[in-house]
Amino acid sequence: MKVLVAVKRVIDFNVKPRVKMDGSGVDLANVKMSMNPFDEIAVEEAIRLKERGVATEIVAVSIGPQKAQETLRTSLAMGADRAILVQTPDDIGSEVEPLAVAKILAKIASEEQPGMIILGKQAIDDDSNQTGQMLAALLGWPQGTFASKVEHADGQVTVTREVDGGLETDRLKLPAVITTDLRLNEPRYASLPNIMKAKSKPLATRTADELGVDITRRLETLKVAEPPKRQAGDKVGSVDELVGKLKTLGVVQ
Amino acid sequence: MTALVYVEHENGEVRDATLAAVTAGSKLGEVHAFVAGNNVAAVADAAAKIAGVSKVLVADGPHLDHGLAENVAPVAAAAMANYAAFVAASTTTGRNLAPRVAALLDVMQISDILSVEDDSIFTRPIYAGNAIATVRSSDSKKVITVRGTAFEKASREGASASIEPVDAGSDSALSSFVAMDASESERPELTSAKIIVSGGRALGSAEQFHALIDPLADKLGAAVGASRAAVDAGYAPNDYQVGQTGKIVAPEIYIAIGISGAIQHLAGMKDSRVIVAINKDEEAPIFQVADIGLVGDLFKIVPELTEKL
Ligand SMILES: Cc1cc2nc3c(=O)[nH]c(=O)nc-3n(C[C@H](O)[C@H](O)[C@H](O)COP(=O)(O)OP(=O)(O)OC[C@H]3O[C@@H](n4cnc5c(N)ncnc54)[C@H](O)[C@@H]3O)c2cc1C
Ligand SMILES: Nc1ncnc2c1ncn2[C@@H]1O[C@H](COP(=O)(O)O)[C@@H](O)[C@H]1O
Repeated sequence: MKVLVAVKRVIDFNVKPRVKMDGSGVDLANVKMSMNPFDEIAVEEAIRLKERGVATEIVAVSIGPQKAQETLRTSLAMGADRAILVQTPDDIGSEVEPLAVAKILAKIASEEQPGMIILGKQAIDDDSNQTGQMLAALLGWPQGTFASKVEHADGQVTVTREVDGGLETDRLKLPAVITTDLRLNEPRYASLPNIMKAKSKPLATRTADELGVDITRRLETLKVAEPPKRQAGDKVGSVDELVGKLKTLGVVQ
Repeated sequence: MTALVYVEHENGEVRDATLAAVTAGSKLGEVHAFVAGNNVAAVADAAAKIAGVSKVLVADGPHLDHGLAENVAPVAAAAMANYAAFVAASTTTGRNLAPRVAALLDVMQISDILSVEDDSIFTRPIYAGNAIATVRSSDSKKVITVRGTAFEKASREGASASIEPVDAGSDSALSSFVAMDASESERPELTSAKIIVSGGRALGSAEQFHALIDPLADKLGAAVGASRAAVDAGYAPNDYQVGQTGKIVAPEIYIAIGISGAIQHLAGMKDSRVIVAINKDEEAPIFQVADIGLVGDLFKIVPELTEKL
């Protein structure tokens, strides 16, 4: 079975995002960019499926600017077999919306015919948490969202999902879309030899136009502002003082 | 315009998160409620009473049990023929379902809204809440998920809406429910609790997490939360995680114990009314948002605090 993984280039999770002075967005100039952490988990899961003999080939896909090649190279260094960059014009960059990303991935899925597509549950820049579910809808496939365990047997997958009330387990027919949650696995680091090897793995470049997908935004960003700031309060010197404060607040009698 | 609000339910009861979604929906116009499930007459009755709801659509059938998105989304999308907006709570249920509905309608969803500015302009957090975007949707129908902490809960009583059955569709046979491993707790639910006691990596083990955090939470009648590090390490179940990619909470009092205050954690709790932090590192970023801070060893402080309360 072929497995497709979707990887997005985003601001590194260790960087504190800063809103641009003109309110047009978040300042990404000279900011460290990395693979979306949930997508690292997606790549890792695909590699484990291959190590278990379930997956035969892993194809990583990214939709974004030319720089997203770096993200794809990272996935190749981790263990993906080949990569596809759907390159976007510079003025759009990584601002392609989940619906358009899902349409592009659906087109690629119809060409590649994977048995499974693994995405992150959420991109840590737009925090949308939509793309996997949309892709599943467009393909008419089942969706195993927020997965913390994926077990494959007899043409089906059993997915344990992190939901608000605990852990839900669903069984899905293949082909299926899976979105990863934090506890699914711990992604490996690419070793130096594998980083070298990744340089010669195939990386194809496509465009949305050529795939016949309109990526015009449906949501126009009118303004981006900083959230209200909290002021640091006082430090107390003892538990008694803390109890006193909590009493003033009416937390305890 | 009229908004169709998705009703989340569990054991025949409407979940709290839906009440905030109703309030958000009413900012758009008239609100009709959409109930899907198996034998959900009682849920429909409850939904019909929620203040602000003027009609309830009910899709009832065994294949709609457990709210499987593969089966519910087509029914919701079909019902949307007569509505201008589909509104769901930004819970794991809403996040699982709404984008599937949006794609079937060829609409770009607006996730996790904080406010309704007018019928096509909304605000929503991006970058772990470090920025608030104001967005205008050009789609003719809106699909929206609602951040529960940003809207008042509609009252469970007050309306007597009419109830109308709708076509329940059929089983897609794409997915089936196997099991739910619910974390049982006598404590209040995290997202509606007035007080939350949250523990981090510093607790060191599941045993110590329970030995220190639980008695304090019990004393305060509080819910228990955790950082990602504490959940990853197995000190607390996954549904305790507060943060950017966990639960968003805004209680009256949030007590962070042995939590450093990474941006991903702050994203989930910085709208709490009062934040208390206990940490041995006076430079920990959590103190930058804490109203009351106590620097010291939690293994000494927490038992003493529990005793003195
Ligand atoms: C994609 C992604 C999503 C994430 N989502 C979330 C999320 O939703 N929620 C979340 O919480 N995190 C999330 N994180 C993780 C986040 O970045 C931090 O790693 C995490 O919040 C750290 O947890 P912590 O504060 O418990 O641990 P640490 O950062 O290790 O902090 C432990 C703190 O305990 C203090 N301490 C140690 N010993 C004692 C003692 N004896 N007494 C008192 N204090 C002590 C230390 O000074 C330190 O400040 C996410 C990360 C990524 C990459
Ligand atoms: N531009 C993109 N390129 C590749 N994958 C993407 C892109 N945008 C979103 N995804 C995938 O969809 C997931 C969820 O993203 P989102 O719906 O934006 O929160 C991510 O974790 C990725 O796996």
